Formats: sequence, structure tokens, C-alpha cells
Amino acid sequence: MSDNGIGARVTRVEDKRFITGGGHYTDDLNRAGQTYAYFLRSPHAHANVKGIDASGALAMAGVHAVLTGDDLAADEIGPLPCGWMIHSKDGSPMVTPGHPVLAQGKVRYVGDPVAVVIADTLGLAKEAAEAVSVDYEELAPVIDLESAKTAALVHDEAAANTAFEWELGDKAATQAAFDSAHHVTTLELSNNRLVPNAIEPRAAVAEYDAGLDRYTLWTTSQNPHVARLVMSAFLNIAPEHKLRVIAPDVGGGFGSKIYVYPEETVCVWASRKVKRPIRWTADRTESFLTDAHARDHVTTAEMALDEKGKILGLRVKTLANVGGYMNLFASSVPTYLYATLLSGQYNIQNIYAEVDAIYTTTTPVDAYRGAGRPEATFVVERLMEVSAREMGIDPATLRKRNFIKSFPHQTPVIMAYDAGDFDAVINKALEIADYKGFGKRKRESAKKGKLRGIGFSNYIEACGIAPSQAVGSLGAGVGLWESAEVRVNPVGTVEILTGAHTHGQGHETTFAQLVVDRLGIPFENVSIVHGDTDKVQFGMGTYGSRSGPVGMSAISKALDKVIDKGKKIAAHLLEAAEADIEFADGNFTVSGTDKAIDWTSLALGAYVAHGFPPQEIEPGLKETSFYDPTNFTFPSGCHICEVEVDPDTGVTDIISWTAVDDFGVVINPMIVEGQVHGGIAQGVGQAMLECAHYDEDGQLLTGSYMDYTMPRADNLPSFKIGTTVTECPSNPIGMKGCGEAGAIGSPPALINAITDAIGSEDLAMPATSESVWQALQTSALKQAAE
Amino acid sequence: MPTVSMTVNGQAVSADVDARTLLVEYVREHLRLTGTHVGCDTSQCGACVVHLNGRAVKSCTTLAAQCEGAEVTTIEGLANGDDLHPMQEAFRENHGLQCGFCTPGMIMAAVDIVNRHGNDVDEQTIREELEGNLCRCTGYHNIVKSISAGAESMGS
Repeated sequence: MSDNGIGARVTRVEDKRFITGGGHYTDDLNRAGQTYAYFLRSPHAHANVKGIDASGALAMAGVHAVLTGDDLAADEIGPLPCGWMIHSKDGSPMVTPGHPVLAQGKVRYVGDPVAVVIADTLGLAKEAAEAVSVDYEELAPVIDLESAKTAALVHDEAAANTAFEWELGDKAATQAAFDSAHHVTTLELSNNRLVPNAIEPRAAVAEYDAGLDRYTLWTTSQNPHVARLVMSAFLNIAPEHKLRVIAPDVGGGFGSKIYVYPEETVCVWASRKVKRPIRWTADRTESFLTDAHARDHVTTAEMALDEKGKILGLRVKTLANVGGYMNLFASSVPTYLYATLLSGQYNIQNIYAEVDAIYTTTTPVDAYRGAGRPEATFVVERLMEVSAREMGIDPATLRKRNFIKSFPHQTPVIMAYDAGDFDAVINKALEIADYKGFGKRKRESAKKGKLRGIGFSNYIEACGIAPSQAVGSLGAGVGLWESAEVRVNPVGTVEILTGAHTHGQGHETTFAQLVVDRLGIPFENVSIVHGDTDKVQFGMGTYGSRSGPVGMSAISKALDKVIDKGKKIAAHLLEAAEADIEFADGNFTVSGTDKAIDWTSLALGAYVAHGFPPQEIEPGLKETSFYDPTNFTFPSGCHICEVEVDPDTGVTDIISWTAVDDFGVVINPMIVEGQVHGGIAQGVGQAMLECAHYDEDGQLLTGSYMDYTMPRADNLPSFKIGTTVTECPSNPIGMKGCGEAGAIGSPPALINAITDAIGSEDLAMPATSESVWQALQTSALKQAAE
Repeated sequence: MPTVSMTVNGQAVSADVDARTLLVEYVREHLRLTGTHVGCDTSQCGACVVHLNGRAVKSCTTLAAQCEGAEVTTIEGLANGDDLHPMQEAFRENHGLQCGFCTPGMIMAAVDIVNRHGNDVDEQTIREELEGNLCRCTGYHNIVKSISAGAESMGS
């Protein structure tokens, strides 16, 4: 292994600019003549818009425009699409009424944009917005998920507020498994609504160049090419060659910056109308109101077991809240990204899932770190822990008894796991967590008057999304390959153009490590180019832990082509047969001789083009690959959490956290550990701190950092991280992806630990001190103590 | 519009600004020092932390006019030329950042923590002192590690 190659803890290339204040985020950008957009938003959860009077605002000096849904309709802009078709169990397509870019006649959540004011300064735009009067006719809000089917209609087209009633698995076989069971564990679970909260708010700067008849949009996107595709193909903004989208440094995404939102769409469209650049940056409350929310399931989950604890069947009935509109990938999250993972790490022959997607007058819900897999893992791992407790079996033992032991393994819910070693993972985790010593530690806690608990979570997830044909057959409207271009310059330096986008993941470092490893050239001679549709031809972007297994695989394939062409050129330059040329450590050599040409000389030779016949070899050294994976990848792992609960207050301290993951081949352990740390923190946030609360009128009660509890440094311990490795056979690098695993695996570990400590399963997320205390009041443990 | 003058990163600066101009707007929009960020509206996230007369403040809730005559240091002024401040170096060495957006405020707060608690500041104190700085990427693990390491090198 070279010092900077695969497996090395290389410090990050991108850090220099970030630690010195030299980052280039969208809001840092200034354009000559720029104006400011401010969005007028619905204060009501559900209302008809009877009229908008902007005359007062338009009369103010410095106000350039007030634009509404009618103006967009006149230009035939929109509606915002959903890119994944789901069919209900009766075969009918999902009901997805249009999502107008600005409201047309009706608003469907608090924050739904109604109009935009464009003015010389932000302050003026805000003042002008106050002079716009909107005549609302309030309608009954639809907030409670469980009663939404019988509430007022959010969309006239969607009867019972239902977008689809979907199923997966064999209902009859699963029923038969339950009929023959020795034991059935049943849980009523909610998966709480979250707000993604990248610390950089969404932002856009848009400019129209009349001379070139071309738009440029700088925006906070995880996938600028997809943004351009949506704006071109679906929103009718401009054809792709007339629209450049740049996603510069982006301050975190976690899924929330995948989507094309109304605000950046309006900025691009309106920049031509006002003939001035337009900038917009969300304030934090706008982020809370309008960034796609996450999770929000209510589920009845059942597991059937035989007398030895062997799982016979698993069944779920889930209501998924999709909010006021079906967002870009919202339909895939509670279906194919959820129910396909309900087998967990276990050999379960019978699984049946039903999912109803329900409209409510709340912010649209879509993918957020993990997207469907955290919801599945919460179901499976709560069922495992509670089954173990109910049957009096050690929770680690019950899991081991049911592990899948041989691969490939076809689950009854589509996924074919390609590799893993779940025993190796849990055994390493048990050792790091000192599971054997838990009883002693529990007694010590008891002496201090504290309740100690331990909880497990063994997750598996499907990421590296995804094989295009496979997702196409499941309803996806796009292919999920990735592209790479390797440009070798005449001096031998290398530029990698990738369709992946880095917004914290460290691609500028890890992608370069792959190149260094393969080409044997100095680390500083490699640069990574991403995030600009004028530079990179196309790409699908970064989400679903795909940049490594898919994006780097594309780079690997393109590097293969570069090396192959290099061998052809070297054969001519060295006057040898191509079959005799070997490439290693940056040198092309003739096998069995000391004849060699180094990388730099070869690169120059490729461009000078004196030494090979042009009818046989084209000059230059540049290759492209579009890599389409053959399968999902399946990272797996085990989290063990240990907590102490104060029975008088319900205050829970996380005493220790162990996470052992199998991510396949790891490029940079330092970065991978960082991804796990961050994922766990988000999972802990979900499990004990975070929740988006609406009141009965549909007002978001948690609309700022004063109300929505973000994980802070003193809520968390330092984490104990380990890895095991089974190589992924489905891509050329053997890697599985690590971006979401922490957020997927961690919530059930924490809830399992707290419920173990307090002796009650009646505990919903987030397990705040108050809810832990409430659960303790009815717990048998408490009653026994008294 | 009032004229507000101060010293920012060792340089005397002056600008005519609206009386309501915040310090963060002054440095970002008038001085075009965009390393200081805005992540919230309520003084919770700490992406905007700068040093005002040697103490960490949240520049999103400080009026520029309050800083008349003051010494302000932003993230751009922390390094000594090409030599990084030990806290900047510690964040890089310990992978104390991912997306980088909270990082300037985090580093400015970290230096202030060490100034107030000393070079042997312990992990629990660091965690409690980070109450006013949010990070969504790192889970704080490597930020805490960075601050411990930076504290130590600031003393050597």
C-alpha cells in the first residue's frame, strides 16, 4: 500500500480552504447587479387562495417584480415531478396531483410558497412582501396521520388522501407462518418526523445571459446534473445546453439537497424576466418549513417465531406520511427502500408488507440519510429485541440463531445479499463493548441509584444505488449509473471529472487515493472536478452512499481504459509487443527486460504523438466510463449502546457506544470513521432528541433551533468504532458504501438500551427525559422497586 | 447612514452602513470576508462566531455599530500568514470537519475555549462549552478530539 493509496488515513485535501475561511459556498457568491428574492409563504396549513394583490409592493421603488403561480402557468413552468412510479396492490398507478412551483389556487402546508418578491435589497424585498395581500379561504387542516383517510381532501384527485396502497411479499404464506408460530411479538411503532438540518441553508444565485441566451444557476445541490435534467425535461425552464448548474462547496445535504425545490426554480426563471441576477438564501425557519422532511411512519409490526426462537415470518402494516405533495423521490422511500430491507440480517422465509402513502397538510417528506432503511431497521431490530425479552433468550443469541450464514442469499423481499459475515461483526462488537462485563456494570449503576441498560441493533442496508434496470423495473424514472472521465495532461498530472458531488464526504481526497493507488503517481498530481454541468458531462450525484461503490467504480473503469491505451502507446515507444507491456508503480515496462517508460514521459508521448501510427492509435490520453452497477451493495453492522437512566428524572446518559461495520474495502479509514460518527449522531438525534411537531392547526411548533432539539456535543459520547471486511463482489473495488450506515443502525440500539434499563417497551422516539420518565411510571420495574 | 470603523484582522476598515447592520453582514457583505457563515436566525448554531476584542461572539446577533473602534478577528485572520494557527492544524490533522460550513465558527469558539480554560481543558468541559456550536456532520467526536489536540499545541 502506498502512503496515499487505498487504505491510508490521508488527511483531507479540501480542509485547507475550509479551515481558513476560503470555502466557496453559494451564499458567498456576489454577481454584478444582483437582486434579492424573498418568498411570500402560506401562514395556513390548508387554504384556497382567492386572490393576490401586489399593487402596493410593485409601487415601491427598487422592487422589480412580484410573481405568482399564474405567471408560472402563463410560461408553462412546472409542475414539480415525482420521479418514481408506485402501483397500488390493485394495479392502479399512484395518485400524484401536480405540485405547482408557486401555489395555484390552493396552499397545502405552512410555508407553501405563494409569491416571490424581487427587489434591490433583501430588506426591501421583505418590506415589499408585507405590502402584498393574499386573500385566503381557510380549509380544514389534515395533520394527524392515523385519521387522515377520513379527513378533508388535500388534493381532490386523491380519495381518502391516499396516494397508493402498496404491498410486497406473500400474504398467504406469511399468514400460514404466523398460524404455525409458537410465539408472536407485536409492536406498535412510530418513526418520528425529522428535519434534515444541513447547517448550510439552501441557497440559489441565478443569472441569465441575454447575449448567449443561457442561464447559470449556482445552488446547494447534491446532484447538479439531476437538477438541470428536472428543470429542462420537466419544468420547461430551458433545454439542457442553455442551462448551466453549478453546485460549489455545499454545506451538508443528508438528502435534503437532492431535490429541485420551488425557490431555485423560480430564481432561474425570474432572472430572465427581471434581467438581473437573483439571489436567495433560506433563513433557518424557511429551512424548517420547506426542506423536505423525513421518516414519519406509523407501523404495526409482528414477528412469528418457533419455540427455539427461529423466525418464521414478519409482517408490517405501515402508514407513511408524504406531506402536502409527493416530492421527487418520496414514493420510493417508504416502499422499495423500506420493505425490501425487512429481512434484516436474518434468514426469514416469509415477509409481507403493506404501505399506505397518505397526504397531509404538512411539509413534503422525502429521503433523508438512510431513506427507508432506518425505518426498516427500527422495525426489525425492535422486534428482535422484544422477542428475545419475551422469550427469555439473550438478544445476541437470538440474533445469531437467525443470521444468514451463506451468500448469495435471496430474501423474499427482492434483495439478493451478495456478501457478509454477521457473526464476525457481532462477535467483534461484543468484545469491544465488553458484553460479558455488563452485569457487573449494571450492579454498579444500581448502587448509584441508576438504571443501566444495553441495546443491540444489527442492521443491513442496500446502498450504492443502483442497477439502472433493476430500479427501472421497480418504477424509477432514471438510471442510477455514474460517470467518470480521466484526463491525463501532457505533463502527467490527472484530472478526474466525476458525476458524484462532495458535500462533506471528502471525495477530493478518497477519489484521488484510488487514482494514486492505480497509477502510482504523486498525490498532489491528481485533482477532482465535480459539481458543474459545463465541466462534467453528466452524472447522477451523491446520495444513497453511492459515490464510492458507483462513482469510484466508474473512475476505476475509466482508469483501466487509460492504462490499456497507455500500454498500446508504450508498446510503440518501447518497440515491443503490446502483450508484453506491464504497468506498475507508474512505469510501463517490457516484461522480462529493463526497458521502461515512466508515466510522465508516456503522457507527453501521447500528446506529442510522434511515436505511434495515428491510423492505429488516436493522440491524447483521456477516457470516460459510465458505470452501471450489477447489484445494490449491502453494508452491515452491529451497534451496541449502553445507557444509564436516572429513575427520578428520566434523564438518560449514553455511557458507551460501539459500532462495528462491514463496509467491504475501505479507502480511507479516517473518513469512514467520520461518516459513522456523524451517522450515529443523527440516529441518536432521532432516537432521543429530534421531532418535528405540528399543532392541530398545522403550525410547525419546532421551526427553529430554539424548539427543535439538535444533537449537541454534550449529548453524545466518544464512539468506539471497529470494522470487519467481506469484499463486495458486485463492483471492481470491493467497497460497499458507508455514508448512511450510522443513521440506519443506531436508533434501535438506543431505544433497546433505554427500554432494557426501564423495563418497559412503551417508549416512542424521541425518548426525551419526559417520555422516559412517563414510561417508568407504568413499568413493572418501577412498581417492583416500590 | 452611520460610518462604522473597526480593526478587522489587523486592518483598519470603515464603511457606511444601515444602523441595523449586523456584524456578520458587515464582514460578509461589506468586507467580503465570507469565511464567517450564517446557519440560523437565533444564535444557536455558532457558524458566525468571531472574536471581538479577544472574546468569542456570535456575529449574527452583534450590531456592527456596537463594534465601533473594536478589534475583530475572523477565521481569515487566525493564521499567521501561511502558518496555520495550531487549532486550524488540529482540525485538519484530526478530521474535525466534513462539509466545512460550521468549521470557521467551531475553530473560533475552540480558540476561545482554550483561552478561558487552559491548555489541559478536559473532554467533558469541551463538550459542554460547545453548547452554542452545532455540527450536523461529525457527531462532534473528531471536533472534541481536534480541540483537545489544538489546546495542547497552543500551549507548546
